Amino acid sequence: MAPSGYRGRLREVLEGIGAEEGDELEVVTPDGQTFVGYLIARPEYADEDVITIKLRNGYNVGIAFTEGTVIRRLAAGRAPAFRRGEIPPQDPSLPRVALLGTGGTIASRVDYRTGAVRPAMTTEDLVSVIREVLELARIDAEVVLSLYSENMTPRDWSLIAERAHQRLVDGYDGIVIAHGTDTMHYTAAALSFVLQRPPVPVVLVGAQRSSDRPSSDAATNLMGALTVAARSSFAEVCVAMHHWHSDDEIAVHRGTRVVKLHTSSRDAFRSVNAGPIALVREGRIEVLAEGLNPRGSEDYRYEPGFDERAYLLKFWPGMRPSVLEHLASEGVRGFVLEGTGLGHVASSWIPVIRRLVRDGVFFGMCSQCRFGRVNMNVYDNGRDLQAAGVTPLDDMLPEVALVKLMWVLHRAHDLEEIRRLMLTRIAGEIGDRSEPVRLRP
Amino acid sequence: MGLNYRELGLRVGLEIHRQLDTRTKLFCDCPTEPRTTGRTVEFVRRLREAQSELGEVDPAARFEMRRARTIVYRADLGSVCLVEMDEEPPHELNREALRIALTFAAMVGARPVDEIQVMRKIVIDGSNTTGFQRTCIVAVGGSVRVGSKVVPIQTITLEEDAARLIEQRDGQVVYDLSRLGIPLIEVSTAPVIEDPREAYEVALAIGRLLRATGKVKRGIGTVRQDLNVSIAGSGLVEVKGVQELEDLPRVIEYEVRRLLHLERVRSELRSRGVRAESVSSEKVRDLTHVFSSSRSRLVSNALSKGWRVMGVRLPGFAGLLGGGDVRLGRELSEYARAWGGVEGILHSDELPGYGITQEEVAAVRRELSCGEGDAFVLVLGPERRCLDALGAVIERASLAVEVIPDETRAARPDGTTSYLRPRPGSARMYPETDVPFVRVSRDLLEEVMRSLPRPLEERAEELMRTYGLSRQLAWELIDGEVVEEFLSLVQTGVAPSFIASLLTEVMKDLRRQGVPVENVGVGAVRRYLELVAQGRTAKESARDVLAYLAGHPGSTVEEALKALGLEAPPLDEVERVVDELVREVLPRLSGRDPFGPIMGELMKRYRGRVDGAVLSRVLRERLARAGTSGGSA
Ligand SMILES: [Zn+2]
Repeated sequence: MAPSGYRGRLREVLEGIGAEEGDELEVVTPDGQTFVGYLIARPEYADEDVITIKLRNGYNVGIAFTEGTVIRRLAAGRAPAFRRGEIPPQDPSLPRVALLGTGGTIASRVDYRTGAVRPAMTTEDLVSVIREVLELARIDAEVVLSLYSENMTPRDWSLIAERAHQRLVDGYDGIVIAHGTDTMHYTAAALSFVLQRPPVPVVLVGAQRSSDRPSSDAATNLMGALTVAARSSFAEVCVAMHHWHSDDEIAVHRGTRVVKLHTSSRDAFRSVNAGPIALVREGRIEVLAEGLNPRGSEDYRYEPGFDERAYLLKFWPGMRPSVLEHLASEGVRGFVLEGTGLGHVASSWIPVIRRLVRDGVFFGMCSQCRFGRVNMNVYDNGRDLQAAGVTPLDDMLPEVALVKLMWVLHRAHDLEEIRRLMLTRIAGEIGDRSEPVRLRP
Repeated sequence: MGLNYRELGLRVGLEIHRQLDTRTKLFCDCPTEPRTTGRTVEFVRRLREAQSELGEVDPAARFEMRRARTIVYRADLGSVCLVEMDEEPPHELNREALRIALTFAAMVGARPVDEIQVMRKIVIDGSNTTGFQRTCIVAVGGSVRVGSKVVPIQTITLEEDAARLIEQRDGQVVYDLSRLGIPLIEVSTAPVIEDPREAYEVALAIGRLLRATGKVKRGIGTVRQDLNVSIAGSGLVEVKGVQELEDLPRVIEYEVRRLLHLERVRSELRSRGVRAESVSSEKVRDLTHVFSSSRSRLVSNALSKGWRVMGVRLPGFAGLLGGGDVRLGRELSEYARAWGGVEGILHSDELPGYGITQEEVAAVRRELSCGEGDAFVLVLGPERRCLDALGAVIERASLAVEVIPDETRAARPDGTTSYLRPRPGSARMYPETDVPFVRVSRDLLEEVMRSLPRPLEERAEELMRTYGLSRQLAWELIDGEVVEEFLSLVQTGVAPSFIASLLTEVMKDLRRQGVPVENVGVGAVRRYLELVAQGRTAKESARDVLAYLAGHPGSTVEEALKALGLEAPPLDEVERVVDELVREVLPRLSGRDPFGPIMGELMKRYRGRVDGAVLSRVLRERLARAGTSGGSA
């Protein structure tokens, strides 16, 4: 079989000579240039008339396949055979940590011959790639899901929560969940509402640089997460990621206070309307927040279940309110509005909202300002919206409010109950005090 | 030394790297000319290699991982963005750089590949924040002609320049990021160069072609030559970072002598019946107690820091560690430094010495059970480092019995080389999936062919024709990369050949004498030439004035002249002195031509202050007035 990415005439020619990925080929171009190297797969959308060859010096080059190009197969390729080094036994005196994989490749191996990157998600694979983990904990790794995080749904949150719950019941000293970063903060919020006051920490962790690179943040983030899971004094659902551009400091964020604020940087995850709850530096944990759920807490509650009929909607100037009616007719039971400023939408929306509330649809208000608390008592618009039935959601983050609404919709059946639960503090998602965002300009 | 390089089977290949003078870097939109804004960041990283599917870790990478250093990066945001910080994926391949590489490819008859695919080459010494260098082949084949020899070119690649090393301390290394990502063109020749002088000529020829594109950077740090060197029977040695073209032959000669010496050591060890296994089974011993009351300052300083003295026996190595500038002891020391981070080693061929006594040597020999034919090596340092260092010494010594190892070595300014790391394996490259492939279209190639640069030969002819320069001076201006400066300075009206030799021979000479001529800006040279043109000093003062300015950065040319006493006196004073001399000398000459003797006297007085042409004009005038012809001496 010709390698993936080859199509059309070129694929036929490769199959005609029985060329497979990694086989040694000779390609002679019509102008008489000879290239000798290994056949390499091509990306799905790459040009159809080009063959990729890895030259003996390690470089890949693309050679046009045209009338008169001659391709010969010289030798069969060697199949890659990953040999793991000897794995030392795990130290029975160390805390026991469950590592749940969901598809974030926290560790991986590279086939330098073809460039293929494969996740290393069994305990043995992981240990063989990041050996230092053995100094922190006894690790039981398990693959729960294998998804890019943009493909996750609330059903996947429930599956992850259920596995974590079982591990909590099994008596592990901590749980680490490796996760793709794009929607990690949604999952973190979801787990925060389902796994309430857990007896041990539940730490989500990811990587902004894929783990096949020498500079990947995967290993340092994972070490930080394992340190928290194995040894922290607090037991919160949290996210452990780089604090800044440096590798020497991992920030621990509360699961209901964290968002991804940068597309690519290592320090993409930040706590908003709160600070990180702890920092991990050189293997030591510095706790920054007060009133955290302590390790060993005995009032753990497992509260699973989400109703997906919730909607997060960002208001923009000129947006027409008919969109609300349309969505409600599609079965949406509750909206989180990302309003402007202190929590406003255009006055033209008010009659529509009033009508839908009367039909039992929930409206909660967050701000698209990202930082700060909504206050709908300052301007007429805010007061009118409240009168129409909109519930101000204080300093809750819009994404967290959406997840919470799904969780609330699963257990509340009338509007009053939904409102009451939305404003009840479940997992640190609402704060009393607002501190300055920056301490200096 | 009259080595017969052909008989030795010398084979040298060159890799010439040169920064391209593009507007932006290779994979981001930062400027290639450093900008300082004072908005800086400093951050800390660690690099680790992802394990390859073959279960192999590259030897060069394993070396760096064992060193487990903390890497500190400094960046001024004027020339560094998130891409260099490895906080943002690379942008697309810089098309301006690609066009330059394709231009060079066309000039040497290389064949461009049809689709350029960027690769990641693992480099985890910290010089790249990503842990790899992005690099791609633009073209293959082609050749350069040197005399009658045709030297094939293997590849022409585009790659990112690395970060600049600022300092290296215990377990920490500091880099500045402004240089990271500047486009480099790399031209690799086939290993067909057969003697050291030829390497220079090939490098010169490639350098001239690169310069002819008009799009390469000039000055210190913009060019780097790497070499691979082997002789019959040796491993392949890669020498990195030869800065000056003129140093190439010296570095190759040194490497050949080193390889020959190692070959002699190897055959001597064999004839003594030494076996590699017996060397590698030697055990490291702690010898601190032997030196507890040592009077050696070296040793007692070390012990006062709580360090240990450790040693190992090298069976059968007696007398083979010392020698001249190439010696096995130096190789062992470099391994110990590189792998153990110790300052160096002490070995039995140089002891007693360094304050270590005959008695202490005897005690060490006893402790290590050294027989007469055995050597030993000592290191000082914290225990962990001693063990790593001596482990490396054992490894290197056992290799010495069997092979001349493949190594990557660094060129040093003195023309020698030192061990850097093992040679990387061939399997350390994998695709850079973040950068889309670039199809090399027919349109692009045609555009490149339409705008090929003029060859430098034409440039040289033009300089000779327009300014009356000799062929040699014209080429020196071109090779010295000072044609632009020359063209701006000839406007002072001073003789072009004088200006050309000032910019080339005089500068080179001063540099050779250790004068920091880089401190002399082109503005100062222009001012000096203006003063020469006005007769306020003589051309002969050039060397002294430039040396003064180099040594006194910030001084003006006028200050230099005053300080050196090289200011021309007023013309009427010169005329008065000439009159006096004429009066004094004329009567004593009894009719002989007075011009020669008087001119000689004047030059003695005014050399470097008044131009000889001025003196001769004044003298002729006065002699004519005095009724003497003022001959044709
Ligand atoms: Zn940049």
